[in-house]
Amino acid sequence: MEECLQTIADYGLRSVGIGQRLLPKEDFTLCQQVTLIGSGMIWNIYFGVVALLFGFFFATALAVAKAAQNKWLRKPAEWFIFLFRGSPLFIQFFFAYFLFLSLKGVSPFFNAFTAAWLGALIVLFCNTAAYTGEIFYGALRSIPKGDVEAADAYGLTGWPRFKRIIWPTMLRLAWPAYTNEAIFLFHATTLVFFTGFPAWQQRGDALYYANYFADKTFNPFVPYPILAAFFIILTLIVISGFGFVNRRLNRHLPQERRSKLKLRVNIIR
Amino acid sequence: MFSFCSDPSQLDRFYWLSCYLTTGKHMGFYFSFGTVLLLLAITAPTALAFGFFGATAARSNTAPLRWLGKGYISVVRGVPDIAFFLFFIIALDQGAEYLRHKVKCSQWDQPIRQGNDFIVCDAAKMPLGSAPQWMHESYGFTLAVLTFAIVFGAFAANVLFGAMRAVPRAQIETAEAYGMTRKQSFWRIIVPQMWVYALPGLSNLWMVLIKATPLLFLLGVEDIVYWARELGGTKTPRFTDYPHGDWRVWYFLFLLVFYLAFTKVSEVFLERLMTRLTHGQATTGGEAQRKVA
Repeated sequence: MEECLQTIADYGLRSVGIGQRLLPKEDFTLCQQVTLIGSGMIWNIYFGVVALLFGFFFATALAVAKAAQNKWLRKPAEWFIFLFRGSPLFIQFFFAYFLFLSLKGVSPFFNAFTAAWLGALIVLFCNTAAYTGEIFYGALRSIPKGDVEAADAYGLTGWPRFKRIIWPTMLRLAWPAYTNEAIFLFHATTLVFFTGFPAWQQRGDALYYANYFADKTFNPFVPYPILAAFFIILTLIVISGFGFVNRRLNRHLPQERRSKLKLRVNIIR
Repeated sequence: MFSFCSDPSQLDRFYWLSCYLTTGKHMGFYFSFGTVLLLLAITAPTALAFGFFGATAARSNTAPLRWLGKGYISVVRGVPDIAFFLFFIIALDQGAEYLRHKVKCSQWDQPIRQGNDFIVCDAAKMPLGSAPQWMHESYGFTLAVLTFAIVFGAFAANVLFGAMRAVPRAQIETAEAYGMTRKQSFWRIIVPQMWVYALPGLSNLWMVLIKATPLLFLLGVEDIVYWARELGGTKTPRFTDYPHGDWRVWYFLFLLVFYLAFTKVSEVFLERLMTRLTHGQATTGGEAQRKVA
């Protein structure tokens, strides 16, 4: 127990560079594996939360642009969504990394982009914005006609109409699908350190450490279940957080018309 | 490849490129597209079979079988998929070697896991140490196919399980009224009718499967990602007749375009298939078709 507390103090924040410099080399204890893999989760949460936060606003803009009459707005949004939804995230990461790497030669401004914390974040941001944009676009098209007509009848136009009627309804309709998207995004963050983005000083994410232990011990039956447990906990937290918002978005509806969050099957991007 | 390629350093742009793109290594690169397509061609039906068994088990009357099926479907949720890929590729290999070890080397008295090593007797190695190179490669490929099939089988099981439940209840009741057993009504009523309900989910799965193929790289197969990294890297005149800078970005751009085109083609094809299948069906899609006609 004493020993394990020491391990947590040494490696609990290892993934962000605080604590012991060297990773354990042999005689791995269960405590070490749990601590380091948990420490790696910091990166998964960072990528997921930041990408979701910024991606949300961009996705709203994309959805509105895709639903626009003007083709100069619509076409770029359609292409953006097709580009990021139609190709594997794995290839997007590789492409972005090598793109940033060659841009680095052009200008030192791009130095930070080859590091995972920014470069991979940008890819994840664009990716989630495209997937979410498509979800929001679908929701935008299924807003009940009556709601919009009622807004018109009240004399609401332009921005107030969007902010007070269309946007909340769109969110309400899209929310269950958006919850799934958020879960998959967190899962997708595990790809980052397998795609060229270097784990500088072995500061990697949860899967990076799980893979490290599996390689060293040649025993996949311990680290991967630990990783799985961490992700199941994370998934449950995401579901309860999004469930809270879902209840808030639906609070004006009669009980039986409220849409429940339903989890769907896992999707690789 | 071409006769004028004997001294690449003297060639001008176009000829240089035509020589460069037809070197032996590039042939390996083009060949690896075949590997990806082969993987898709084998994995899709295998995963469908896995999915069918999973779904059938999940709706079984025998409790342990049902738990197995439901567990198989739901365990894939909640966990990142590449974790599964990385897990199964080792776990399957070790499982196979462990079983062979038990059968072939019963007199072996040392433990198999010694500290950080996994040790089995030589006769149980998969493939045998003396096996030719192609055996090693196809063993790796087979493991990759199995891994893909297990993961995607769970997705397919989920889709098929839903589709089996979507077959109208009245159909099954009619079958019961005709005196069919549970087994008969399953094979004669549910299975033929479930495909229309399963197709949207399965075509989605196909798109996902296409987009999962670059993960072959993680499983140690020499696929297109491997070759793109290999060929694109900076080449100095010392090691090759075709020196160039870091071109990996162009190779990956090519892969990006390849996948986009592949997705687009599949999308168009699946749309046509769906139109075909809904023709004359008692669904909203079929109804819409009837109104247009």
